[in-house]
Amino acid sequence: MKSYEYFDVTADIGLKAYGESLNEAFENAGLAMFNIITDTSDVEPTDEISFEITSEDEVSLLYDYLEELLFYHEIDFMLFSEFHVEIDEGLHLKSTIKGEKIDWDKHERKTEIKAITFHKMKVIKKDFVELHAIVDL
Amino acid sequence: MTIKDEIKKVRDNVYEIPGSFDKRMRASGRFYIADEYFDELEEGAIEQIVNIACLPGVQRYSIGLPDIHFGYGFPIGGVAAFSMRNGIVSPGGVGFDINCGVRLIKSNLTLEDIEDKLDELTEKLFKNIPSGVGSKGKIKLNEDEINDVLDLGAEWAVNNGYGWSEDLEVLEENGKMEDADSSIVSDKAKKRGIPQLGSLGSGNHFLEVQIVDEIYDDEAAKAFGLEKGMIVIMVHSGSRGCGHQVCSDYLRVMDKAYKKYKIQLDDRQLACAPLDSKEAQDYIQAMAAAANYAWANRQLMTHWIRETFEDVLGKSAREMEMDIVYDVAHNIVKMERHKIYNREEDVLVHRKGATRAFGPGREEVPEKYRDIGQPVLIPGTMGTASYVLRGTDKAMEETFGSTAHGAGRVLSRSKAKKDYDADEITADLATKGIKIKATSKHVIEEEAPGAYKDVDSVVRVSDSTGIAKLVAKVKPLSVCKG
Repeated sequence: MKSYEYFDVTADIGLKAYGESLNEAFENAGLAMFNIITDTSDVEPTDEISFEITSEDEVSLLYDYLEELLFYHEIDFMLFSEFHVEIDEGLHLKSTIKGEKIDWDKHERKTEIKAITFHKMKVIKKDFVELHAIVDL
Repeated sequence: MTIKDEIKKVRDNVYEIPGSFDKRMRASGRFYIADEYFDELEEGAIEQIVNIACLPGVQRYSIGLPDIHFGYGFPIGGVAAFSMRNGIVSPGGVGFDINCGVRLIKSNLTLEDIEDKLDELTEKLFKNIPSGVGSKGKIKLNEDEINDVLDLGAEWAVNNGYGWSEDLEVLEENGKMEDADSSIVSDKAKKRGIPQLGSLGSGNHFLEVQIVDEIYDDEAAKAFGLEKGMIVIMVHSGSRGCGHQVCSDYLRVMDKAYKKYKIQLDDRQLACAPLDSKEAQDYIQAMAAAANYAWANRQLMTHWIRETFEDVLGKSAREMEMDIVYDVAHNIVKMERHKIYNREEDVLVHRKGATRAFGPGREEVPEKYRDIGQPVLIPGTMGTASYVLRGTDKAMEETFGSTAHGAGRVLSRSKAKKDYDADEITADLATKGIKIKATSKHVIEEEAPGAYKDVDSVVRVSDSTGIAKLVAKVKPLSVCKG
């Protein structure tokens, strides 16, 4: 199973992230998101940030999680390449993300993400977990 | 039967979706598109016009403009006005980039004056105006200062030495919405806003040095101070992470509010709240604050553009008469007075990818343009022409004083990347005498002119339907992209 892939939307870009568990799928969604901004294989996991969020349903949790990643990217001027997620039953998420300060001489400069959208956002649970999200570029 | 079979043609390039199409509709739908483009128009965008026509308190028509395309919840290139008594406000009706807009700066320079220095000018503009993903503005704000930016907009910038006091007279809303309240804006939005103030952004945003290529209306061009052969500068930018966060914050607030107030919605992204609710009032004040951020942002960039011209050309910006022609917002919601059937009424006008196009006589139009109608600035895409139009009485009658805002994407970014090569585009533009500086090759491919609808056609429909009239065409000489 691949960890994530992209799908086309006219003005923006969609991502599908997969995982054996909800945690793993969320981790892969983070990776998919940062590979829109840069090539994460050049991003060393030297610094880490931890945060927690609680949302009212799983789709909202995915929205809030991706938005939190965007927030730390912008305010701490960082790129992330490792994502660790633990979600408990109460829709409470704990995450530790690792990466480094942006250095555009070293990191590939791809596309700016403006925002996360609710458009066709999905959390699908079958024998594995599949997440869909579209980000506004 | 598809939705298109129900649509009636009103006149050339104008179509109506009758209110009888869907029993939930409280108003009819109208759209202004080129007749030859009708078949290609996405049904998704038409359905969105219908969805908006079903919202509480919607007035007269839910409107699609010549550049209409599918957006999140509300279409892009759309206008809708709501009653102040029983209407709603929706963040989706404004979009993520609150007060994304366009500013045009004139000069007394001609091509001869800058030709030899265009390379240097382009390099220095690119260096002095930060752009692209992960770029920081050049100024360091603290918490108090970001509040002042949000409350005062462009006035904050001028008070702090960025620009001239008369600049404020030629900005929509004079660059400051009085409703703004920084205390309503989340810490997250402020934190995203602090490092990015004074930066262009990326994607379709640009800074161009242009030349006035054609004049269509001598009287209006004269009033706007434009002449054929004049060097002008156009900036297309918005409220950066600050505005994006305000939109995100209130999408979440409204997501709860519409359920609380029992508003029926087909699409979560139409989330809205009744105007008399706290949620609605908070959004309006926060949106106004983010709009002010965008005006301050474009004002800072104006200052650095003037400084760069001074540095390269060795003359003062005053000497070069680098006055602002106008500055328009194309993602915004505002209370305005409009004629609803036979009565003048205050309504809340949502413009998402739509430019205000107020006609002659409106007091919101700067005095020096009031006899002509406001300047309307419609940016093209990378390497193509942009246009200056003027607002009209027809726009006041039909579209709540609004017209199109730009080209509108037709190819996805990945398709654009497959179809185009950055080096070829750069070489092709060079043969047309256009220089380009960008933070990456990705952006050049993604923003390839062929990835967008033809702006010429969008502008022609605005002009022929009368919801703005052509004044001038401007062509790029150099382009800075983020």
